[in-house]
Amino acid sequence: MRVRTRGYWLYLIPSLLLFLVVIVVPFLMNVGASFTRWSGVGTPRWIGFDNYARLLKDERFWQSFQHNVGLIVAMAIVPTAIGLVLASALFDYIGKRFGPRTASALRAMYYLPQVLPVAVAGVVWGWMLHPSYGAVNQIFGLDLDWLGDPDLALATVMAVMVWFQLGYPVVIFMAGLQRVDPAYYEAAEIDGASWWRRFWHITLPQIRPEIFVVLLTCTIAALKVFGPIFVLTRGGPGNATMVPSYFSYLNFFQKSNVGYGSAIATVLALIIIVVTFLFLRVQEREQ
Amino acid sequence: MRGPGRWAVLFALVVLAVVMVFPFAIVAINAVKSPAEYSSQGPLSLPDGLYLQGIIDFWNRVEFGTKLWNSLLISASVAVLAVVLSVLNAYALGIGRVKGRLSILVLFLVANTLPQEALAYPLYYLAKAVGLYDTQLAVIIVMTVIQAAFGTYLLSAVLGQFPKEILEAAAIDGAGRLRSLFRIVVPISRPTLNVLLIFFFIWTWNEFFLPLIFLISNDTQTVPVALGVLQGEKYMDATMSSASALLGVVPAVAFFLIFQRTLTRGVTVGAIK
Repeated sequence: MRVRTRGYWLYLIPSLLLFLVVIVVPFLMNVGASFTRWSGVGTPRWIGFDNYARLLKDERFWQSFQHNVGLIVAMAIVPTAIGLVLASALFDYIGKRFGPRTASALRAMYYLPQVLPVAVAGVVWGWMLHPSYGAVNQIFGLDLDWLGDPDLALATVMAVMVWFQLGYPVVIFMAGLQRVDPAYYEAAEIDGASWWRRFWHITLPQIRPEIFVVLLTCTIAALKVFGPIFVLTRGGPGNATMVPSYFSYLNFFQKSNVGYGSAIATVLALIIIVVTFLFLRVQEREQ
Repeated sequence: MRGPGRWAVLFALVVLAVVMVFPFAIVAINAVKSPAEYSSQGPLSLPDGLYLQGIIDFWNRVEFGTKLWNSLLISASVAVLAVVLSVLNAYALGIGRVKGRLSILVLFLVANTLPQEALAYPLYYLAKAVGLYDTQLAVIIVMTVIQAAFGTYLLSAVLGQFPKEILEAAAIDGAGRLRSLFRIVVPISRPTLNVLLIFFFIWTWNEFFLPLIFLISNDTQTVPVALGVLQGEKYMDATMSSASALLGVVPAVAFFLIFQRTLTRGVTVGAIK
């Protein structure tokens, strides 16, 4: 029997209409605006690639991307690395010797920061790191302006983001480990393989797909990061924690440079789309 | 490893866990201290008693009840509407296998990864043009579409494996497409739909960027926006700051405790995709 699929189109109509209005048209408008000089009111003036040429020479823009690299380290690479060791230790060691309840209680504690709105996480740390009344300085008897010192600010934001992100890879990797055949571990243990060797030769290769997904989603999140920067530092002091998303926000809503802000947002969107496709391509080849 | 070694591993993991939850604990104990107690005893001391004035003052100052209601209204509406849209799309793509389904799925995936900055100004401009600026409805519409993009991607894969025999049997019994959708597909996929519903709710609750741009007046703001914008204001002292942090933390932790099972399962479902 030939399956008739034509009628199913009807079910896509509401979404496709909304999609057009909320995603496609605004994105095209954004790309269009990036070729203009426009303050947000009046008629945009066409200036071709001038905004992009200006971007290439803008030191703040390049710095903001360097900060993004730092945030990829803090939000994707470090949490993935620590998360692998933690998940493996919890699953393969704590779970077996101290019971699954201990393992899942610890997992829940690592995961807790992830349930917060990232802006609220920023509020929590903004208070803890406050130079005059903050808890961190008082506890350690320090007198540091964690977020106000240009040399410290980015490192501080990175540390906060490691705290925020860590639970996500732990939960995903532990779930991934559940589908690994226990026979591998038993065989390795009989052969006298150390914990480290088992980690390297069984755990890592077995949960490769999960590692890919975590790295991809966290890298994209790091490229888009906005909330914690807005709440903790507003890109400052000076330019020390400026990121592209905040830089475009600044141009849109504070400097009335809508054309320039649109160019930044367009470049950011292209980078994220390219990163997504690269990762998916690599993952496809792996399988 | 036997003897002290195994305890050392446990100890290290417990220390890390304590570091992770430390901010929650310290926010909670300092939110109930008076400013005088904070400055004399410091942040680490246990509170002498329950001093709730800081929380009450902050609550009234930002009209926190209104913010909670706005967050709840927006998140619940988005969750329900986005699940409905996702189901309709996934029905066409996963079960109906309409032509060009792969390109449509890629389109939805790209929409979900697109930075909101690349949509923000035009959306802001359009919302102003149609009189939706500074209304909860604007955020509800935009977030619904963004969340449904992800939901479609996930649900299409799930419904792609839906047992065809059940649908064929229903068709023989004379059930139309709409009837099959609501009588068969939706009830059987209910567990996945519940996971999506909870995820959409929490993701929308946590959203910052779009609500910050759309919701500027006191009557429409959500919890994260109100707290984020107030952060670092001059009048905030140590106890009021921790009170504000506590008010942001409590709903999130409450959702976590209520939905813990579904959430952990859901993170996993999302990861495999």
